[in-house]
Amino acid sequence: MLHTVNKSPFERNSLNTCLGLVKPGSAVLLIEDGVVGAIKGTAIEDQLIQAMQSCKLYVLGPDLAARGLAEDKLLDGIQVVDYGGFVDLVAEHTSVQSWL
Amino acid sequence: MKFGILINEGPYQHQASDSAYQFVKAALEKGHEIFRVFFYHDGVQNATRLASPPQDDRNIIALWSALAKEHNLDLVVCVAAALRRGILDENEAKRGGKDAHNLADGFRISGLGQLIEAGIQSDRLVVFGD
Repeated sequence: MLHTVNKSPFERNSLNTCLGLVKPGSAVLLIEDGVVGAIKGTAIEDQLIQAMQSCKLYVLGPDLAARGLAEDKLLDGIQVVDYGGFVDLVAEHTSVQSWL
Repeated sequence: MKFGILINEGPYQHQASDSAYQFVKAALEKGHEIFRVFFYHDGVQNATRLASPPQDDRNIIALWSALAKEHNLDLVVCVAAALRRGILDENEAKRGGKDAHNLADGFRISGLGQLIEAGIQSDRLVVFGD
Protein backbone atom coordinates (compact mmCIF):
# COMPACT_ATOMS: atom_id res chain seq x y z
CA MET A 1 0.00 0.00 0.00
CA LEU A 2 1.06 3.57 -0.69
CA HIS A 3 0.43 6.05 2.09
CA THR A 4 0.44 9.78 1.39
CA VAL A 5 0.85 12.31 4.20
CA ASN A 6 0.16 15.95 3.40
CA LYS A 7 0.60 17.75 6.71
CA SER A 8 3.73 18.62 8.68
CA PRO A 9 4.32 16.26 11.63
CA PHE A 10 4.75 19.40 13.72
CA GLU A 11 1.24 20.57 12.89
CA ARG A 12 -0.74 17.34 13.03
CA ASN A 13 -0.04 13.79 14.11
CA SER A 14 -1.03 12.11 10.82
CA LEU A 15 2.56 11.08 9.93
CA ASN A 16 3.02 9.72 13.44
CA THR A 17 -0.20 7.68 13.15
CA CYS A 18 0.68 6.53 9.65
CA LEU A 19 4.14 5.31 10.71
CA GLY A 20 2.58 3.48 13.62
CA LEU A 21 0.23 1.51 11.36
CA VAL A 22 2.23 1.09 8.17
CA LYS A 23 2.93 -2.52 7.21
CA PRO A 24 6.33 -3.83 6.08
CA GLY A 25 6.79 -3.46 2.32
CA SER A 26 4.54 -0.42 2.11
CA ALA A 27 5.62 3.01 0.95
CA VAL A 28 5.05 6.43 2.49
CA LEU A 29 5.08 9.54 0.30
CA LEU A 30 5.31 12.97 1.92
CA ILE A 31 3.55 15.69 -0.07
CA GLU A 32 2.45 19.32 0.44
CA ASP A 33 3.33 20.50 3.99
CA GLY A 34 4.16 16.87 4.79
CA VAL A 35 7.56 17.34 3.10
CA VAL A 36 8.76 19.16 6.23
CA GLY A 37 8.86 15.75 7.92
CA ALA A 38 11.65 14.60 5.60
CA ILE A 39 14.23 17.04 7.01
CA LYS A 40 17.26 15.74 8.86
CA GLY A 41 17.63 16.26 12.60
CA THR A 42 14.02 16.77 13.65
CA ALA A 43 12.14 15.26 16.57
CA ILE A 44 10.55 12.69 14.26
CA GLU A 45 13.88 11.54 12.74
CA ASP A 46 14.25 8.40 14.88
CA GLN A 47 10.74 7.26 14.00
CA LEU A 48 11.44 7.73 10.28
CA ILE A 49 14.73 5.83 10.48
CA GLN A 50 12.88 3.04 12.26
CA ALA A 51 10.16 2.99 9.58
CA MET A 52 12.76 2.82 6.81
CA GLN A 53 13.90 -0.58 8.14
CA SER A 54 10.78 -2.12 6.61
CA CYS A 55 9.21 0.56 4.37
CA LYS A 56 10.25 2.94 1.67
CA LEU A 57 10.00 6.66 2.25
CA TYR A 58 9.53 9.18 -0.55
CA VAL A 59 9.13 12.95 -0.69
CA LEU A 60 7.64 15.07 -3.48
CA GLY A 61 10.42 17.25 -4.94
CA PRO A 62 8.28 20.11 -6.30
CA ASP A 63 6.69 20.58 -2.86
CA LEU A 64 10.16 20.68 -1.24
CA ALA A 65 11.28 23.29 -3.78
CA ALA A 66 8.11 25.35 -3.26
CA ARG A 67 9.03 25.61 0.41
CA GLY A 68 12.69 26.45 -0.20
CA LEU A 69 13.86 23.18 1.31
CA ALA A 70 17.07 21.91 -0.28
CA GLU A 71 17.43 18.20 -1.00
CA ASP A 72 20.76 18.08 0.91
CA LYS A 73 18.77 18.73 4.09
CA LEU A 74 16.87 15.48 3.74
CA LEU A 75 17.23 12.50 5.99
CA ASP A 76 19.43 9.83 4.35
CA GLY A 77 17.43 7.11 2.62
CA ILE A 78 14.43 9.23 1.66
CA GLN A 79 13.96 9.29 -2.10
CA VAL A 80 12.82 12.39 -3.97
CA VAL A 81 10.19 11.93 -6.69
CA ASP A 82 8.42 14.34 -9.04
CA TYR A 83 4.70 14.18 -9.97
CA GLY A 84 5.50 11.50 -12.56
CA GLY A 85 7.15 9.50 -9.77
CA PHE A 86 4.04 10.05 -7.63
CA VAL A 87 1.93 8.56 -10.45
CA ASP A 88 4.34 5.60 -10.74
CA LEU A 89 4.12 4.94 -6.98
CA VAL A 90 0.32 4.91 -7.16
CA ALA A 91 0.44 2.49 -10.10
CA GLU A 92 2.99 0.22 -8.39
CA HIS A 93 0.96 -0.23 -5.20
CA THR A 94 -2.43 -1.94 -5.16
CA SER A 95 -4.08 0.78 -3.07
CA VAL A 96 -3.51 4.30 -1.81
CA GLN A 97 -4.27 5.62 1.66
CA SER A 98 -4.31 9.40 1.93
CA TRP A 99 -3.78 10.54 5.51
CA LEU A 100 -5.82 13.74 5.63
CA MET B 1 -4.14 2.22 -15.82
CA LYS B 2 -7.42 3.89 -14.83
CA PHE B 3 -7.32 6.46 -12.04
CA GLY B 4 -10.20 7.95 -10.10
CA ILE B 5 -9.55 11.21 -8.26
CA LEU B 6 -11.43 12.59 -5.24
CA ILE B 7 -10.96 16.23 -4.18
CA ASN B 8 -12.36 17.22 -0.78
CA GLU B 9 -10.93 20.71 -0.37
CA GLY B 10 -11.68 24.06 -2.00
CA PRO B 11 -9.17 26.03 -4.07
CA TYR B 12 -6.63 28.39 -2.45
CA GLN B 13 -7.08 26.78 0.97
CA HIS B 14 -4.09 24.47 1.26
CA GLN B 15 -2.95 22.59 -1.80
CA ALA B 16 -5.33 19.70 -2.48
CA SER B 17 -6.73 20.94 -5.77
CA ASP B 18 -3.28 22.00 -7.03
CA SER B 19 -1.77 18.63 -6.10
CA ALA B 20 -4.63 16.77 -7.75
CA TYR B 21 -4.28 18.88 -10.89
CA GLN B 22 -0.53 18.21 -11.13
CA PHE B 23 -1.13 14.51 -10.46
CA VAL B 24 -3.78 14.26 -13.18
CA LYS B 25 -1.54 16.09 -15.66
CA ALA B 26 1.39 13.79 -14.89
CA ALA B 27 -0.82 10.68 -15.15
CA LEU B 28 -2.17 11.78 -18.54
CA GLU B 29 1.36 12.50 -19.78
CA LYS B 30 2.31 8.95 -18.83
CA GLY B 31 -0.58 7.58 -20.88
CA HIS B 32 -2.87 6.67 -17.98
CA GLU B 33 -6.61 7.19 -18.15
CA ILE B 34 -8.46 9.47 -15.71
CA PHE B 35 -11.83 7.79 -15.26
CA ARG B 36 -13.31 10.69 -13.32
CA VAL B 37 -12.45 13.56 -10.99
CA PHE B 38 -15.05 13.86 -8.25
CA PHE B 39 -15.43 17.05 -6.20
CA TYR B 40 -16.93 16.56 -2.76
CA HIS B 41 -17.37 18.59 0.45
CA ASP B 42 -15.64 22.01 0.07
CA GLY B 43 -14.03 20.60 -3.08
CA VAL B 44 -17.14 21.71 -4.97
CA GLN B 45 -15.83 25.30 -4.68
CA ASN B 46 -13.37 24.33 -7.42
CA ALA B 47 -16.26 24.52 -9.87
CA THR B 48 -17.40 28.16 -9.64
CA ARG B 49 -16.76 30.06 -12.84
CA LEU B 50 -17.13 33.35 -10.93
CA ALA B 51 -13.77 32.85 -9.22
CA SER B 52 -11.61 35.87 -10.03
CA PRO B 53 -8.12 35.44 -8.54
CA PRO B 54 -5.49 38.21 -9.02
CA GLN B 55 -3.92 38.21 -12.48
CA ASP B 56 -0.53 37.08 -11.21
CA ASP B 57 -2.03 34.05 -9.45
CA ARG B 58 -3.10 30.77 -11.01
CA ASN B 59 -6.80 30.38 -11.73
CA ILE B 60 -7.37 26.85 -10.45
CA ILE B 61 -10.93 26.69 -11.76
CA ALA B 62 -9.89 27.77 -15.26
CA LEU B 63 -6.99 25.29 -15.16
CA TRP B 64 -9.40 22.44 -14.48
CA SER B 65 -11.79 23.63 -17.21
CA ALA B 66 -8.95 23.82 -19.74
CA LEU B 67 -7.56 20.40 -18.79
CA ALA B 68 -11.05 18.89 -19.03
CA LYS B 69 -11.49 20.36 -22.49
CA GLU B 70 -8.10 19.21 -23.69
CA HIS B 71 -8.40 15.64 -22.42
CA ASN B 72 -12.16 15.22 -22.33
CA LEU B 73 -12.11 14.69 -18.55
CA ASP B 74 -15.23 13.90 -16.55
CA LEU B 75 -15.31 16.49 -13.74
CA VAL B 76 -18.22 15.70 -11.44
CA VAL B 77 -19.47 17.88 -8.60
CA CYS B 78 -21.53 16.35 -5.78
CA VAL B 79 -25.02 17.81 -6.02
CA ALA B 80 -25.84 18.00 -2.29
CA ALA B 81 -22.46 19.53 -1.41
CA ALA B 82 -22.74 21.96 -4.33
CA LEU B 83 -26.29 23.23 -3.64
CA ARG B 84 -25.40 23.85 0.01
CA ARG B 85 -22.49 26.03 -1.06
CA GLY B 86 -24.24 27.88 -3.87
CA ILE B 87 -22.66 26.04 -6.78
CA LEU B 88 -25.45 25.72 -9.34
CA ASP B 89 -25.79 24.79 -12.99
CA GLU B 90 -28.56 26.25 -15.13
CA ASN B 91 -30.88 23.38 -14.34
CA GLU B 92 -30.46 23.55 -10.56
CA ALA B 93 -30.78 27.35 -10.58
CA LYS B 94 -34.09 27.08 -12.40
CA ARG B 95 -35.29 24.34 -10.09
CA GLY B 96 -34.38 26.35 -6.98
CA GLY B 97 -35.77 29.61 -8.34
CA LYS B 98 -32.36 31.32 -8.29
CA ASP B 99 -31.47 34.27 -10.52
CA ALA B 100 -28.02 32.98 -11.53
CA HIS B 101 -25.90 29.91 -12.04
CA ASN B 102 -22.15 29.56 -11.78
CA LEU B 103 -20.93 26.09 -12.75
CA ALA B 104 -17.69 26.40 -14.71
CA ASP B 105 -17.15 24.88 -18.16
CA GLY B 106 -16.20 21.23 -18.17
CA PHE B 107 -17.88 20.42 -14.84
CA ARG B 108 -21.19 18.65 -14.35
CA ILE B 109 -23.35 18.23 -11.26
CA SER B 110 -24.35 14.71 -10.26
CA GLY B 111 -24.76 12.42 -7.28
CA LEU B 112 -22.54 10.47 -4.94
CA GLY B 113 -23.17 7.33 -6.99
CA GLN B 114 -20.66 8.76 -9.45
CA LEU B 115 -17.96 8.57 -6.76
CA ILE B 116 -18.87 4.97 -5.96
CA GLU B 117 -18.76 4.12 -9.65
CA ALA B 118 -15.34 5.79 -9.96
CA GLY B 119 -14.14 3.66 -7.05
CA ILE B 120 -15.39 0.50 -8.73
CA GLN B 121 -14.30 1.26 -12.29
CA SER B 122 -10.87 2.74 -11.53
CA ASP B 123 -7.78 0.68 -10.76
CA ARG B 124 -6.79 3.27 -8.15
CA LEU B 125 -8.72 5.95 -6.29
CA VAL B 126 -6.49 8.79 -5.09
CA VAL B 127 -7.85 11.21 -2.50
CA PHE B 128 -6.72 14.81 -2.11
CA GLY B 129 -7.99 16.90 0.75
CA ASP B 130 -7.28 18.94 3.84
